[in-house]
Amino acid sequence: MASGMQEKQYTPSLLNFFVYNPTFGQKEGEEEKKILFYHPSDVEKNEKIRNVGLCEAIVQFTRTFCPTKPAKSLHTQKNRQFFFEPEDNFWIVMVVRNPMIEKPNKDGKPPTVEYQEEEIIDPLLTLITFLVLQLFNGTFGRQMEAGGVELLIQKLEKFFYRYLQTLHLQSCDLLDVFGGISFFPLDKMTYLKIQSFVNRVEESLSLIKYTAFLYNDQLIWSGLEQDDMRILYKYLTTSLFPRHSEPELAGRDSPLRPEVAGNLLHYGRFLTGPTNLKDPEAKFRFPKIFVSTEDGYEELHLIVYKAMSAAACFMISASVELTRDFCEQLDGLVGPQLTLLASDICEQFTVNRRISGPEKEPQFKFIYFNHMNLAEKSTIHMRKTASVCLTSVHPDLMKILGDINCDFARVDEDEEIIVKAMTDYWVVGKKSDQRELYVILNQKNANLIEVNEEVKRLCATQFNNIFFLD
Amino acid sequence: MSEDREERPLDREERPPDREEHYLDREEHYLDREEHYLELCENPVQFENASSVNNVFFDEANKQVFAVRSGGATGVVVKGPDDKSSVAFRMDDRGEVKCIKFSIGNKILAVQRTLKSVDFINFIPDYPHTEFTQECKTKNASVLGFCWTSWNELVFITDQGIEFYQVLPDKRSLKQLKSQSINVNWYQFCPETAVLLLSTTVQGNVLQPFAFKVRAGSGTMSKMSKFEIELPVVPKPAKLSLSERDIAMATIYGQMFVMYLKHHSRTNSPTAEVVLYHLPREGVCKKTHVLKLNTTGKFALNIVDNLVVVHHQSSQTSLIFDIKLKEPDCAVNTHQPVLPARSIHPYRIPLAGPAVVPSQPPIPCQLYSSSWSVFQPDIIISASEGYLWYLQVKLPPTVNLLQDKGKLMDFLLRRRECKMVILSVCSQSGEKGRLPIVATVFDKLNQVYKEYLEAEQSYTAAVESGPSRGSAAPKRPVRTQAVVDQSDMYTHVLSPFTERKGVSHKFIIAVLMEYIRSLNQFQITVQHFLYELVIKTLVQHGRFYMLHQFLQYHVLSDSKPLACLLLSLESTYAPAHQLSLDMLKRLSTANDEIVEVLLSKQQVLGALRFIRSVGGHDNVSSRKFLDAARQTGDQMLFYTVFRSFQQRNQRLRGSPGFNPGEHCEEHVVHFKQLFGDQALIKPSTV
Repeated sequence: MASGMQEKQYTPSLLNFFVYNPTFGQKEGEEEKKILFYHPSDVEKNEKIRNVGLCEAIVQFTRTFCPTKPAKSLHTQKNRQFFFEPEDNFWIVMVVRNPMIEKPNKDGKPPTVEYQEEEIIDPLLTLITFLVLQLFNGTFGRQMEAGGVELLIQKLEKFFYRYLQTLHLQSCDLLDVFGGISFFPLDKMTYLKIQSFVNRVEESLSLIKYTAFLYNDQLIWSGLEQDDMRILYKYLTTSLFPRHSEPELAGRDSPLRPEVAGNLLHYGRFLTGPTNLKDPEAKFRFPKIFVSTEDGYEELHLIVYKAMSAAACFMISASVELTRDFCEQLDGLVGPQLTLLASDICEQFTVNRRISGPEKEPQFKFIYFNHMNLAEKSTIHMRKTASVCLTSVHPDLMKILGDINCDFARVDEDEEIIVKAMTDYWVVGKKSDQRELYVILNQKNANLIEVNEEVKRLCATQFNNIFFLD
Repeated sequence: MSEDREERPLDREERPPDREEHYLDREEHYLDREEHYLELCENPVQFENASSVNNVFFDEANKQVFAVRSGGATGVVVKGPDDKSSVAFRMDDRGEVKCIKFSIGNKILAVQRTLKSVDFINFIPDYPHTEFTQECKTKNASVLGFCWTSWNELVFITDQGIEFYQVLPDKRSLKQLKSQSINVNWYQFCPETAVLLLSTTVQGNVLQPFAFKVRAGSGTMSKMSKFEIELPVVPKPAKLSLSERDIAMATIYGQMFVMYLKHHSRTNSPTAEVVLYHLPREGVCKKTHVLKLNTTGKFALNIVDNLVVVHHQSSQTSLIFDIKLKEPDCAVNTHQPVLPARSIHPYRIPLAGPAVVPSQPPIPCQLYSSSWSVFQPDIIISASEGYLWYLQVKLPPTVNLLQDKGKLMDFLLRRRECKMVILSVCSQSGEKGRLPIVATVFDKLNQVYKEYLEAEQSYTAAVESGPSRGSAAPKRPVRTQAVVDQSDMYTHVLSPFTERKGVSHKFIIAVLMEYIRSLNQFQITVQHFLYELVIKTLVQHGRFYMLHQFLQYHVLSDSKPLACLLLSLESTYAPAHQLSLDMLKRLSTANDEIVEVLLSKQQVLGALRFIRSVGGHDNVSSRKFLDAARQTGDQMLFYTVFRSFQQRNQRLRGSPGFNPGEHCEEHVVHFKQLFGDQALIKPSTV
């Protein structure tokens, strides 16, 4: 304690991530064939086989206790392993090293390491990972059908190379667990204008099957079904948008130069596909995504087009080849309208803000989530970017939120949990029907009754338009 | 083109060369009857055709046709627009009749037979019928004609001025009220506004209007400011250059206009045009509109439904102009025809009389005949055939002739009989239109709808606030056919549209949303049945997530019926339950409904907590809650609820027992069975 040397904290980190199928390579000496993807790739082959074999064994072993529900995770002192079988015999395994504190010792002894086993990383992460994978590649089975194991391995390699970079375990918190959608608050008239815009574009460019509309990285309209939108939203907000916002923030030399289509100035540009329409070499290739239909999946081109803060995603059947003509048509049609809408929304937004008072710092720190429409709202997160998650509260409090959430997940009934945390902090979790609300309060010498009253007040002011049982 | 004087034959067009070939042309028009947007009325006024023994006169003021046989000796038959205004009588033949007219209400008949005087006959019962005469007072003047301005007042127009008289029927004499001397070439009278227009100066192009108060007994005549019609060529030496047949007066959109048919001249305009001069009651007359005819020849003008109709004799077609339609590619106030030139719809004269043979087909009537005379505002007379028709606009053919749907709507919304046509345009654009067009159509419609609603609202407000000093009693706004409300749209357009086969549901929903957007844009409250239609359509096509999003953004406004509709969807779409409860909560008048919903879900505690939080705990029926609690089969729940109501009773009435009116006896028994007597809260003994 008295020593000037500092403790060192280590955040959780991804040790391994692999995908395997135990039915492949069953012959002696061909075990490597089971492995479809392994991160990190520079691990020695035998170690890969050993790790995969261990997982296989654990799953097999636990199956004997409960054949229908095999083990989901294994916790050890140093790390946690998550097992997830999204499709028959295809396993996704994630190994995370627990956070730890390194305490320096005197007299040159090696430092003592304390692992913090209770830190949570929700197993849902593997599910979401799979869903994102599926969004871009379809199911494993489909991949196998399309091009055998080689193609599958190739695709996994390509996908995870980028995806794992966006997986920031150290900043994972309750919001990642929810995987919710943040909706942009908007007045009815502007919303109807957007509706009208979407309908008109879909009518003029009849190739477009679905459209989603976002503003400020928040969703306004989705033509996709909810589950698909959830994953697309996650991809857009954690991967695509951050990648493009960085050059915008970087300075003047950004692609944010207005385009002139006809006599209309507009700021529209493609975030996927061609970066510059005028480039004669431009390629008109767009990422493909898989969304669910009544009978299985359909493959779609994903065109993301942005003007200022408004982004529109247009989805077109992958069987259609997209041409320069089409892209130019889209640019000419959507660019000016989207630019106009973006400034309309911006204006509305600032007007509403002015009405509701000058930048009122929310008195309450809360996270809200509705399972029904996946709507999430947080006054704890200042701005969630890819690399850093700026929360305004102490990680320990965030951890309590996670714990309460775990408790809620265990029961179906409505509940309320109030926790007295350190240094005058209170954490309240409420569950009503399909909604969850977490509030963090800091009141000196408050007692349980006062905290309860305070939360009631919050519900009455912030959530007066929804039915929230006290 | 008033034609109410002298025996001049009613036609004023020169005879076209040959009628027969035109007749053949017209047969083709029969094939394409969709295109005729003008027609003659079905029931024309029939009269004895003009002949050597029968002179025909028309009075624009009373819209009466006079058939004068042998100077009146063998009878005068007067036919008006209805039977009431039709009269037949006999009068002495005292010379050739130049002009004959009844005063307003058929009270006094005035007949002009000479250039110096006018004769009068009383038609008021019990008054002497003998004629009396009034000579014009100006020396050496000739009477050009006369016009009645009320039941007993009339004005003589002479070549040297005007003389305004009051007839005293009992005294069989006239009293001069006013006179004005001015050189007059010719005159026109507009009975609708009671404005008399005199052509003065040598060239005749300086027009002097006089206004007469129409109210009987007031006897006022006022001089309005004169104005000059710009002539295409100024003749040298000066001579009469403005013909009365090129001038007409009419009221268009409630404003008085003088219409000047300006023929082409080699020096300036290559084609003819109609120039409109706005003639306000007070102030200066100004040239306001120019209607481009894009052709030359002989023309005649009518006003129908506020449209200026220009008949072109040589092509046997007519054009229509709407002075309120703005032309984007024209200079301000210059107008092109709204529609391409078409002939009036072919007309067949039914063979009247008792001797009609059924097999005999009606005879096609010769349209644009040289024997036609055209009167304001909408009258066409064929003196040689003995017919008077009203010209009418047929709106349905305009729909296909006018491609620009926005312009079409602007045009239709100003027409009298427009509702069904407008609705058919809406249906049509729903069928094959494109969304931007649909949007324009809806916006135009709702603009008019909103204006009406506002007028109605301010009327109601004015009525409620009572009569205010100095202002006239509020006038109830007139609901014209152009006001197409939500139920019209629902019944005739939207509801049938959603049931149409072969239209993608995406487009149906887009159209519905477009209508709702348009209503919102004009701040018109959307009615429930439209929301119901949207929901029905979405549910039918399984677009629940779409519905969810609409509700999330309050596109479908909260209401109890909507909340109930959502509740009914719960079995097919679970989140509808939450949406419904939220809506009931927001309504804040639906607490009972919320309790019912919760109880039906067996959320008894939730219901209890809710009703307590809104302060309704003291008034709810304890039996309802106990029933629900018992139904759950959860004994602890029953216990809790039972005790809670006992506590309520204690608080309210000082005793934990239930009143007999609450019908809770069986629950008390049940409670005792489960938990024993001692579990009941006992009445406090203190």
